[in-house]
Amino acid sequence: MTRLTRRHFGLVTGAAAATLAMPTYLRAQDKPRVVVIGGGAGGATAARYIAKDSEGAIDVTLIDDSDQFTTCFFSNLYLGGFRDFGSITHSYDKLQSDYGITKVTGMAVGVDGKARTVQMADGATIPYDRLVVSPGIDLIYDSVEGYSEEAAEIAPHAWKAGPQTQLLKEKLDGVGNGQQIVMVAPPNPYRCPPGPYERVSMMAHLLKSKGVDAKIIILDPKPKFSKQGLFEEGWAKYYPGMVEWYGPDVHGGIESVDVASGTVETGIDTFKGALLNVIPAQKAGAIAANAGLTDDSGFCPIDATSMRSVSDENIFVIGDASIAGAMPKSGFSANSQAKVAAMNIRGDLIGSKVFPARYSNTCWSLIETDDGVKVGAQYAPQEGAIASTSSFISQTGEDEAVRKATYEESVGWYAGITADMFG
Amino acid sequence: MRDMKFWTLVARGRASTGGSLFALLMASSLAFAGDDLDPAGERLFSNCKTCHEVGEGARHKIGPHLDGIIGRKAGSLDGFKYSNAMRAAGEGGLVWSSETLHAYLQKPRDFIKGNRMSYRGMADEGDRETLIKWLEAVSASEPGAPIDSVAATDHPARGFADIVLAMEGDPDYGEYLAGECVTCHQASGHADGIPSIVGLPRDYFITALFEYKTNVRRNEVMKLRVANLANEEIAALAAYFAGLEPQ
Repeated sequence: MTRLTRRHFGLVTGAAAATLAMPTYLRAQDKPRVVVIGGGAGGATAARYIAKDSEGAIDVTLIDDSDQFTTCFFSNLYLGGFRDFGSITHSYDKLQSDYGITKVTGMAVGVDGKARTVQMADGATIPYDRLVVSPGIDLIYDSVEGYSEEAAEIAPHAWKAGPQTQLLKEKLDGVGNGQQIVMVAPPNPYRCPPGPYERVSMMAHLLKSKGVDAKIIILDPKPKFSKQGLFEEGWAKYYPGMVEWYGPDVHGGIESVDVASGTVETGIDTFKGALLNVIPAQKAGAIAANAGLTDDSGFCPIDATSMRSVSDENIFVIGDASIAGAMPKSGFSANSQAKVAAMNIRGDLIGSKVFPARYSNTCWSLIETDDGVKVGAQYAPQEGAIASTSSFISQTGEDEAVRKATYEESVGWYAGITADMFG
Repeated sequence: MRDMKFWTLVARGRASTGGSLFALLMASSLAFAGDDLDPAGERLFSNCKTCHEVGEGARHKIGPHLDGIIGRKAGSLDGFKYSNAMRAAGEGGLVWSSETLHAYLQKPRDFIKGNRMSYRGMADEGDRETLIKWLEAVSASEPGAPIDSVAATDHPARGFADIVLAMEGDPDYGEYLAGECVTCHQASGHADGIPSIVGLPRDYFITALFEYKTNVRRNEVMKLRVANLANEEIAALAAYFAGLEPQ
């Protein structure tokens, strides 16, 4: 704190000395500056909480390469026809108009930790006192042989919401009688653990509701998956004979894909699909590695009590890009981590009170109309990592009213978290 | 002492068209006469159903069940912990009718100041009429299931809540802790499937959290969040949310 206070004084003195020349510009320079890279569940929440709770005492700049944000959460409901695309797409307007946040639309390509500046793709540099890095994930295309960014235009991953999601929807709508969809599921760790299996449920729902007789094969590099019992119960109940899940002991290893012929080679067989949905392995968004914040895992180690990067005390990494111990990579987690980071940043810069970190997560999934399930946990820093302190999961065999209430709760949560992110 | 006549006058004063009483009475008799319910009414009830049940077997949830609502004295059901304001309104003569519901639902917080219903109000008179008509038709049944969502006076939740009620919560600490709540319960007071907790009176808020802790209210997410809250944290949250106004 002493060091920071001294620097803060320096800024104030320098600014005061030059106030006569350019008062408006320099008044902005009086304030400590926070730059947030990434405008998703982590970054938008962090920007909003820092701006809101510092009541104008901190200058907040939010960098994202898009001028609107499509949420990955609920994008499966768009695929299933429960949501339209507009309803999962949000603007940054209120963050600017109601919270005074400066939105920079562009790509951050580098960070100079010593000079405390962010380099933009267009050559601009943006100075900061504290930096929040919340870029989400990047896909490791070549983790599946034969897959690439170009191949994703034919066999979409749709694991970053946006045009890829719309492409997958278009292709899903084109699946006809007697055809097959093949999903290559991702290895751990990846964004949204129940996501691939909710997606399969939503694909099956759409096909079933259109009366299309088609099959969905999941080729999974993992021997088990999130909410497995709940999904398998739901698939047997609603989509009998439509969904087949193969773990590594069945398929013998995913060897390669050929998107032109729509085939996936595995250890035991070749699977052919009219639609391939390949979700490759993942790592932190590129800016995290460029800034030197990642370790060998491709993700960013953080201090569990604050979300502060272990390699640069002026930088906080939140959301999917961080190594958040027992917390899954989810929008809910990112939102929760953002509040801890925001509080610590306010503590650093304006001396506001810092309370002990609390983290939480809940992931809802929709299996069929009015049949929602959920898994959740509470987390706290323990022995240097974020550990789960208690948890719950929906039970198999729950009655319809409970499942319907769970779905309705998820709809309420969506409205809540997006309001919490975007104001 | 306020009597029924007072509330009727208040209701008339608040209703946006003075001559609607006859129309409403006509509407209600039609609703009772016919079996076919207006689906538009059910759609409008989606604004209410997070907190209220209606129809056969309806129970108290966040709000009291609405069976037999027409003709019921306000704040009069056993087993539901009403706000003092709502109880006082009933004792002062407020009885729910099309007319009083119209005025109440237009702006609940203005019609009965200090009542704890967090709904902001249904501005459109036509929508209110459709909803009330539908409500009249479906609310005729008697509640069947036992009331299990509100702690009886000798329930442990009551005792815990009383301890915390005696504590003074720190709203600043509450604001920090509230970060965990507002991911789902919107800070604006809007409710889209998850109830609003903005402006809830302290006693109601505290009692509700202990009801989640003790399984009187059943919701796994709430139970998990509340399990880790110490008494002073519950007091802080209650102090914070009680001080918020719905936007």
